[in-house]
Amino acid sequence: MKKGEDIAPIRDTLIFGQAVTNALAGQDPSDAIAAWPDDTEVCGCNGVSKGQVVASICAGNDTLDKVRGHCKASASCGSCTGIVESLLKCTLGDSFKAQTGPKPVCKCTEHGHAHVRKAIIEQDLKTLPDVMQALKWTTPDGCSSCRPALNYYLLCAWPREYKDDPRSRFVNERNHANIQKDGTYSVVPRMWGGLTSAKELRAIADVVDKFNVPMVKVTGGQRLDLFGVKKEDLPAVWADLNAAGMVSGHAYAKALRTVKTCVGSEWCRFGTQDSTGLGVKLEQATWGSYMPHKFKMAVSGCPRNCAEATIKDFGVVCVDSGYELHVGGNAGIHLRGTDLLTKVATEAEALEWSMAFVQLYREDAWYLERTAPWIERVGLPFVKDRLAEPEMRAALVARFLESQAVYQVDPWAEHAPKSEPVKVFSPLADLREGFTQPEPAE
Amino acid sequence: MNANVTINWTDVGAAIEVAPQSARRVETIMGAIAVFRTVADEYYAVFDKCPHKGGPLSEGIVHGRAIACPLHNWSISLESGEALGADAGKGCTPTVPLRLEEGRILLGLNF
Repeated sequence: MKKGEDIAPIRDTLIFGQAVTNALAGQDPSDAIAAWPDDTEVCGCNGVSKGQVVASICAGNDTLDKVRGHCKASASCGSCTGIVESLLKCTLGDSFKAQTGPKPVCKCTEHGHAHVRKAIIEQDLKTLPDVMQALKWTTPDGCSSCRPALNYYLLCAWPREYKDDPRSRFVNERNHANIQKDGTYSVVPRMWGGLTSAKELRAIADVVDKFNVPMVKVTGGQRLDLFGVKKEDLPAVWADLNAAGMVSGHAYAKALRTVKTCVGSEWCRFGTQDSTGLGVKLEQATWGSYMPHKFKMAVSGCPRNCAEATIKDFGVVCVDSGYELHVGGNAGIHLRGTDLLTKVATEAEALEWSMAFVQLYREDAWYLERTAPWIERVGLPFVKDRLAEPEMRAALVARFLESQAVYQVDPWAEHAPKSEPVKVFSPLADLREGFTQPEPAE
Repeated sequence: MNANVTINWTDVGAAIEVAPQSARRVETIMGAIAVFRTVADEYYAVFDKCPHKGGPLSEGIVHGRAIACPLHNWSISLESGEALGADAGKGCTPTVPLRLEEGRILLGLNF
C-alpha cells in the first residue's frame, strides 16, 4: 500500500484473511506460506525466519524433529509446528511424510506416552531403571525430557510404592521455588482461595526486609510473589513463612497452582453462593497433588464470572440453584474457553467432581499436556462418560485421596532448616574468602 | 599446553557430598564452578555458566555425560563444555581439571 500499488486483486485477502480466500479458491493453505518472504518470522520463541527453516530443510533435515534439532524452529512452545510442517511439505513435495503413529516420548525411545503409561501398569514397572530396561531405552539414564515424564507416571501409578526422584525433576520442583533468568528464585506462599490476613502479610513483609527481597508482585492467581531470593536463603525464608502458618504455594510445580475466587455471597450483592468458601475447600482438598502439567482453578459467585472461571482447568460458576462445573479452559498460547461438564446442587458434589476430574486428568493425560489439549485429544464425551457414572467417579476420588495421603505434604516444611543449615542448598566449598592469588607462572 | 605448568590441586570436599546424577557448586574468585557426578559415578567440573544466557548449569538435569541447562534446556557436554545437539557450535563453557584422591574431590585451579 505504501508503494501505491493497486490492491484490487488482493482485496478479499486483506479483508477476510488468507485462509478464507484460499479456501474459497480451493487452495491449500500451505500455498500461502510458500509465498511468504524469506525474512518472515516463523518461530517467535527462537527467532527463526522462513528462509532459515527452508535452508535447514534443504540441508537434509527432512522431518519435523530434524528441523527442530537443526535450526530450533518449533522447538520451544511448539505453536508454529503447523507452519514448519507446511514448509516441509512445500519444500520436499511428495517425499515428505508427516509423522504417523504415536509421537515418541523423546529421542531415547520409540514409544509414545500412552504405551509407556500402559506398560508401567501392566508390567508392574516401579522404578525408572525398570521402565528404561523393559522398554529398551537407548540411553543409560534418559534425558531431560523423558526423566521428568517417567518420574511423574511412576508416582501417579504407584503413589505408595514409588519413591519420588528429585534428580528427575526440573530445577523448580527440586528447589521448590521458580528459577529466574539471573539464577535467583521467586517464592510464592499459599493463600487459600486468595485470602490472606494481617498476620500473614506481616510475616511476608518481615521476610522481604530480612532477606532484602528486591521485588514483590501480585500474581494473576491472587498470590504474592517474592522475587530475587538467593538459593542459599530459600530454606530460611520457608522457615519464617512456615512459622506464620504458610505453606508452599506450588507456583513452581506441575501441580495444583491456585484457586482464584471472587467474594461471592458473603459480601457481593450479586453473589449466589459462598464462592470464597468453596474456593478454600477446593484448594485444601487438591493442594500438593502432582499432575501432568500445572492446574488452575477458579470459583465465581455468579454468572458475571469475576474470577474468570471459564478459562481455568477446572472452573465453578455459582448460580442460584447450584454450581456449574466447567473444564479444560486455558488462557495461554491458545485461548480456550471451558466446556460445561455438569451442574450440581451442593458444595459436596462440586468437591467430589473436582477430585474425580483431577484424578482422571492425572491418570490419562500425557506429561506436559494441559487439560485443554488433553480434552481436545480425548474428547469431552470421554471425560463426561467416566465422571457421570457414580461408581467410576467414586473410584477416581478414592485413588485421588490415596495419592493425597502420601503427597499432600508441605515441601517447605520438609526442607526448612531444623537445627543446622541445609547442605544441598549451600555451596560444596567457598574459596572466595581468604583465597590468596598465587604468583603468576613464568 | 606448556608442560612446565604444574596444576595447583585444591581439595573442595568429599566425593560422596555430590550425589549421583546431580551437581554441587564451588564458589571461586573467578566465578562458580559446578562439580557433577554422573549415573556411572564419573565426576566432571565446568564453570557454572551456560554459554547461552549464563544459566546455572549445576541446577540442571544430569543425563549421560551431559547437563541440560535449567533456563532454556541447552544440552552441554560435561567432558568438553561444548553445547550439544541443536545448539552445537554455538558456545562452550570452560571445563576445570578434576581428579579424585582418597575419596576427595580435587580441582585444578590455576588462578
